[in-house]
Amino acid sequence: MVKLYENLIVQTVSRLLIPAMQIFGLYVIAHGHGSPGGGFQGGCILGASYILMLAAYDIAELKRHMSETLNTILCCTGVLIYAGIGLLCVILGGNFLDYSVLYKILPVDPVKARYMGMLGVEIGVGIAVMSVMISIFLNIASAGEHEGAAR
Amino acid sequence: MDTIDFIIGKYNYWVYIILMMIGFYAMIAKNNFGKKLVGMNIFQTAIILYFISTASKKGGATIPITLSEHMGAGVSTVNAVQYLNPLPHVLMLTAIVVMVSTFGVALAILIMLYKKYKTLEEDEILGIIKAGKES
Amino acid sequence: MKFIAIFAVLITGFLLAYATIDMPDWGDPNSPPSTHVSPRYIEKVIIETATPNMVTAVLADYRGYDTLGETVVIFTAGIVCILLLRRSPDG
Repeated sequence: MVKLYENLIVQTVSRLLIPAMQIFGLYVIAHGHGSPGGGFQGGCILGASYILMLAAYDIAELKRHMSETLNTILCCTGVLIYAGIGLLCVILGGNFLDYSVLYKILPVDPVKARYMGMLGVEIGVGIAVMSVMISIFLNIASAGEHEGAAR
Repeated sequence: MDTIDFIIGKYNYWVYIILMMIGFYAMIAKNNFGKKLVGMNIFQTAIILYFISTASKKGGATIPITLSEHMGAGVSTVNAVQYLNPLPHVLMLTAIVVMVSTFGVALAILIMLYKKYKTLEEDEILGIIKAGKES
Repeated sequence: MKFIAIFAVLITGFLLAYATIDMPDWGDPNSPPSTHVSPRYIEKVIIETATPNMVTAVLADYRGYDTLGETVVIFTAGIVCILLLRRSPDG
């Protein structure tokens, strides 16, 4: 339950800012090809939105939106997407992480297939960085005890 | 004007070396472990800035994103002198991630030190260890 | 103790500044980092990968293997923090 009249201004402003930060983080990941950005940068912005939620509210509120099991599964999924695309290129007949052989399953020509391979890889990196940022901050700020800590 | 040209050509390295030495002094001379960690962070940031400063090119080079007038269909009229060197930027992205990782693990070890010895000063921890060894 | 630290810092700083005499000037287009393989990346990035952003193209395509190692490094740091600090709630 959110306690009212405790940091009311910070909580209201963070309610407005957190969705805007998440949309901006997804924009930075998706437009990494035409403007400055990419996987690491967008992942940090997405992680920062959850850290703002942790700073304005308490740990129980964060656990409602991003549980610990989901966080750990997302962290492993990011690395798995990256290595999975590399292995997919080996299965289709090219070298490891050689995205130009992806034209066999995607309806594009080999030059554009490298573009699509890079996009998939950046999405994997962004997911991994977001969940690791949340996990490191949560464990260090609460010193390991997620239930008994006050803030 | 030879000395002035020499100073203008090299002063970016000297500024970052001064920043590196500030971080290095904090790592070896301070007594608190938290302050040593802050010194390590300053040192790593100075090294990253040092490498980024070698990527610039004189004569109006722009950022390493291809302008739309250079992107033909299959033919590129890009000249390498017009764009900055992208390689140090790429390597420093990796270095920033390594910096964040080592800082996170160092803070975790700091919390475990505090739980065991109840203090974060270096000489007090050494005194507790020596007293535990003699008894 | 602090005098030894200041002395060591000054000696190290002077040695590093002495090594910058041989380094290339600031902003030189013919310096060794800006030749050999970097012009090849800048000129061929649109033809080979159709990506305007050269930094993302080098990071994810030409040097993609290093970025895989990078992602494993940050994954390991997250796992180490969980292993060192997290303890189950005492029941």
